[in-house]
Amino acid sequence: MDKKSAKGWLYILPAFLFLGVFLLYPLVDVFIYSFEEGFNFASQSYYGVGSYNYAYVLRDPYFLQAVKNTFLLVAITVPVSTGLALLISLGLSSISRLRELYQTIFFLPYVTNTLAVGLVFMILFKRTPYTDGLANLIIGLFGAEPVDFIDGPYWAKMTVLCLYTVWIVMPFKILILTSALASVNRDYYNAARIDGTPAWRIFTRITVPMISPTIVYLIITGFIGAFKAYSDAVALFGTNLNAAGMNTIVGYVYDMLYGSSGGYPSYASAAAILLFAIVLTITCLNLLISRKHVSYLS
Amino acid sequence: MKVVLRNVTKKFPARGKKDREVTAVSDFSFEIPDGQLVALLGPSGCGKSTTLNLLCGLQRPDSGQIFFGEEEVTQLPPEKRGVGMVFQNYALYPHLTVLQNILFPLQNLKGAEKLSKAEMNRRAREAAELVQIGELLDRKPAELSGGQQQRVAIARALVKMPRILLMDEPLSNLDARLRLQTREEIRRIQKETGITTVFVTHDQEEAMSISDRIVVMREGLVQQIGRPQEVYDQPANLFVAKFLGSPPINLFEGRVSGGRVFIGEEAVLAAPGLAGGEVTVGVRPEGFLLKADGALGCRLRGVEVLGRDVSVLAAHEACPGAVIRAIVNAQERPDPAADTVRFDLKPGKVFLFDKTGDQRLL
Repeated sequence: MDKKSAKGWLYILPAFLFLGVFLLYPLVDVFIYSFEEGFNFASQSYYGVGSYNYAYVLRDPYFLQAVKNTFLLVAITVPVSTGLALLISLGLSSISRLRELYQTIFFLPYVTNTLAVGLVFMILFKRTPYTDGLANLIIGLFGAEPVDFIDGPYWAKMTVLCLYTVWIVMPFKILILTSALASVNRDYYNAARIDGTPAWRIFTRITVPMISPTIVYLIITGFIGAFKAYSDAVALFGTNLNAAGMNTIVGYVYDMLYGSSGGYPSYASAAAILLFAIVLTITCLNLLISRKHVSYLS
Repeated sequence: MKVVLRNVTKKFPARGKKDREVTAVSDFSFEIPDGQLVALLGPSGCGKSTTLNLLCGLQRPDSGQIFFGEEEVTQLPPEKRGVGMVFQNYALYPHLTVLQNILFPLQNLKGAEKLSKAEMNRRAREAAELVQIGELLDRKPAELSGGQQQRVAIARALVKMPRILLMDEPLSNLDARLRLQTREEIRRIQKETGITTVFVTHDQEEAMSISDRIVVMREGLVQQIGRPQEVYDQPANLFVAKFLGSPPINLFEGRVSGGRVFIGEEAVLAAPGLAGGEVTVGVRPEGFLLKADGALGCRLRGVEVLGRDVSVLAAHEACPGAVIRAIVNAQERPDPAADTVRFDLKPGKVFLFDKTGDQRLL
């Protein structure tokens, strides 16, 4: 090793150590646990090696429910939140008066505590002996029967969870998209206007390609974030998510470790590795697809 | 297509309390004959780019009218005006190939104007051939040189067969050699297509060399309109005289007395019929004739040999703080060791301005 590269290694050593201890080692450790049957933290013992943990988790109805919930949440909230954020950013970038006020308002959810937001959503959606909740009052205006969004049917609970997630993740996306839109040179739009380009075509052929790297970034981080959903569900439905039927994969991992039915680090590890595999696959797919469509030239 | 501007004024409102309203273009009237190449010339902030934006419709005038041919377009949006525009930074869409960029305006056509795919391709290729980029059609703009990007931008502006072509500082992003070449290229394309073309520039040489007409602007006001040679030979005021010409015009403090022009104590030129008083005397560099008994004596500062010509550098008390630059034939060069040099002035190359510089007296 020559002197120059030795220096380079020295500089990245702190970060390398830190990441190694807190990221790489746990990852490898979890991978090992996931193949050790009946691992016990206290005695650091196990009684077999094999794929039994995976077989158990994959047959566990709670896990399958969690996978279903998580996929539904991802499939609904990522496109909806990204699309809505794009629309709002477009709106924001085409107004000049009160723009900063609106930007601040749209950014507020980002700096608000998740659990506090959850409380607000409870007030909006929960039925109590005294009231049906604001949401029910509103749908009541249209003559619909009141629905219990927090303890009621699955689709109602899913709707609330999706709404909540979209609301939580949108501010960041709006912020990033607004600045991406602002960085597009006005001359492109002027050129398109002079050539008589219809607004929709300007949007699809100029605006979207110009900000496509940002959109891809948001979609990928959106997928990853949504797959890791947990606190949102807790904020709405409490800690006993399995009973509510609203558990997520991360929630399942947590329950397996520390929940009332917990104490199974091997199953938790297997579930965590499965989640890791899912996220990795989806991210790779995303990158593969986007490589064809995204232009990083400017 | 003839283009007429009638008393066009554009103001930009003050932003904030400390700012003041800016009149970018003030009472501009001008008629561009069909098929001419016109340069809007002036220093930055003179309103030339605003004028271009008024022509293409990206901005609307506060008062006045604009006509293309017989049709009034003052209130028409840009897409209804049928103009082609080449932006200073070209504004080529970076994610589209050259061909897709050129096709873009054609794909916007709707209804009766809609073209078949084959026809669009034919016209795009024709435009590409005109600007000689036929072999670059599959490249992305980032893979092209500045000059090639410029040509693509011109092809994109021409492909929809605009009524007029507008160019904003078309040569400013090119290096010196390419600028010379592209300048000729713009002239050739304009002649071949016969499209009335307006371009904006702050470079007087660029404007002089290729345009049929020059519009010299300053702080929103038109200073002079005319053929390049006319504007150079008959500047309307001191600003125009100073702005045109390279090397620039030499200025002396002088006075008129008894029908003669004096610089210092020496009578340099006859000016019959002119009222006496202080004046600014402008002499073009080529307006000096070396002569042993010439009317104007200057201290010799140096001689620069340029090959064909010789540039004589001199100084005079009436020309404070500036070096006088005279261009003479190489055969007539003065003795570099001499202390003084004497010139006669060529009458057509000498201009007299009043002290404000607003008016030319001779």
